[in-house]
Amino acid sequence: MEIDPFIFRLSIFILSIFIGYYVVWSVTPSLHTPLMSVTNAISSVIIVGAIIAGLAGNSDTIFNASSIFGFLAISLAAINIFGGFLVTQRMLAMYKKKKKVK
Amino acid sequence: MLSANLSAIFYLISGVLFILALRGLSSPETSRQGNFFGILGMIIATTVTFLSIGNFSTGFVVVLIFLLVGGLIGAFIAYKIPMTAMPELVAGFHSLVGLAAVFVAIAAFLNPGAFNLGSPGNIKLGSLIEMSIGAAVGAITFSGSIIAFLKLQGIMSGSPITFKGQHPLNALILISIIVLTYLLCSTQSSNLFWILLAVSFLIGFLLIIPIGGADMPVVISMLNSYSGWAAAGIGFTLENTALIITGALVGSSGAILSYIMCKGMNRSFFNVILGGFGATEQSSSSQNKEQRPVKSGNADDAAFLMKNASSVIIVPGYGMAVAQAQHALREMVDTLKKNDIKVSYAIHPVAGRMPGHMNVLLAEANVPYDEVFELEEINNDFANADVAFVIGANDVTNPVAKTDPQSPIYGMPVLDVEKCKSVLFVKRSLSPGYAGIDNDLFYKENTLMLFADAKKMTEDITKNL
Repeated sequence: MEIDPFIFRLSIFILSIFIGYYVVWSVTPSLHTPLMSVTNAISSVIIVGAIIAGLAGNSDTIFNASSIFGFLAISLAAINIFGGFLVTQRMLAMYKKKKKVK
Repeated sequence: MLSANLSAIFYLISGVLFILALRGLSSPETSRQGNFFGILGMIIATTVTFLSIGNFSTGFVVVLIFLLVGGLIGAFIAYKIPMTAMPELVAGFHSLVGLAAVFVAIAAFLNPGAFNLGSPGNIKLGSLIEMSIGAAVGAITFSGSIIAFLKLQGIMSGSPITFKGQHPLNALILISIIVLTYLLCSTQSSNLFWILLAVSFLIGFLLIIPIGGADMPVVISMLNSYSGWAAAGIGFTLENTALIITGALVGSSGAILSYIMCKGMNRSFFNVILGGFGATEQSSSSQNKEQRPVKSGNADDAAFLMKNASSVIIVPGYGMAVAQAQHALREMVDTLKKNDIKVSYAIHPVAGRMPGHMNVLLAEANVPYDEVFELEEINNDFANADVAFVIGANDVTNPVAKTDPQSPIYGMPVLDVEKCKSVLFVKRSLSPGYAGIDNDLFYKENTLMLFADAKKMTEDITKNL
């Protein structure tokens, strides 16, 4: 009997939870705020689904109910992606080491 | 057009890059590189999606327009937002992830053919279950984050909103979500899908209103986690590895942060989630109110104490963020350092309104991160320090947590501020902190209260140094 592809996805999912567990515990507490903003940005990879929905209509009907939701989701996810990565970058740029002079 | 196998491999690569993005945050030096990996992963994922669909007609242009509009708004916000508003920003972003997940689920429900999930009214059972979970969790994330955002912005009062029968009602709604999902899967009725969404929006709202302002670190982390699980649910529907990996990463990340925050308050997760903490405790504190003597001083006294110290530990809290005192604080510290006084910062895990809140504000004020210490790292140093400068923190310094088993915060890890030779406590009044209990520290022999706005007081001290 063949294994349902769902099982493979479930395996990836479970293993990723464990990876996330160990990786996040090693994040230094002083960077917990950037951690939240960057996880925000990467979870917006959901834009992939939004793009599929947005491009699903054929050339005659670009705007059907489904693709409109897709388009809206693209904008929402894009706000998060650009906003999330840029604000993380802005924060991380502020974390500096003590200057040895003085 | 990219083959399905090839694009799956690229999605896997972007999933790995996202893992590296989080891995980079283990130290400030590697963090910027990590962020770059994250951006790279996102570019790969979106490019591959466009290539695998291979549709570059008018629809493609429309997609790009929506993407650019969103991107511009996001970039604008990212550059404009002040660092003190970071908790609100993160809550706002969570709500967008939640809503995007809901929209993608709706799109997939209306046009399952585009996602290879079957036809309307005859969607594959597994996909329908995954879709419902993704949509429901997304909707909860959305409405919950909106409430968190409103509370953090101060548009909505930060105090807990409780009413009779709240918990049974919530339990009932949660059960109805499960029942609705089951019915939806057996009937494929679109009406049930809309009801499921509406009920999920409602429960997200109801779950967050009873939680008070200072518990926001737990709430934000929890919503962070939810946004991850929503993304993972959609990832299963779309059979997309990048989305599944990311969802799992974000989900566990948020869960760990909530755990750390709960531990920082010595409260169980359920205790926080059930809410109403500050409101119930207030009655007990007002009962035994006695007038105890307090020593208060001015900026001159504080400057004198610090000038004669050889080491000073600074304990910042949410009050510093409210007063925007971080820059003034750093100027004061610069002056102290010029006088050869050793200065370090002590950060309690739940100081502020989100994990790491204080660290970001200090970083913004150009405080080097190797002068900033976590609770366990620095707690033993208080006994050897001359002056503790408490600015905007309260409950996290309360010695009652160690001495009085009756206290609601008993057992919570606190900073041993009282062990310092002298304590300077900047506060506007003697009012109790969030937990609604008096701080014993106010009445200690070696405590000097400085009643003023945190920023103004810090500036005045600098002038007197």
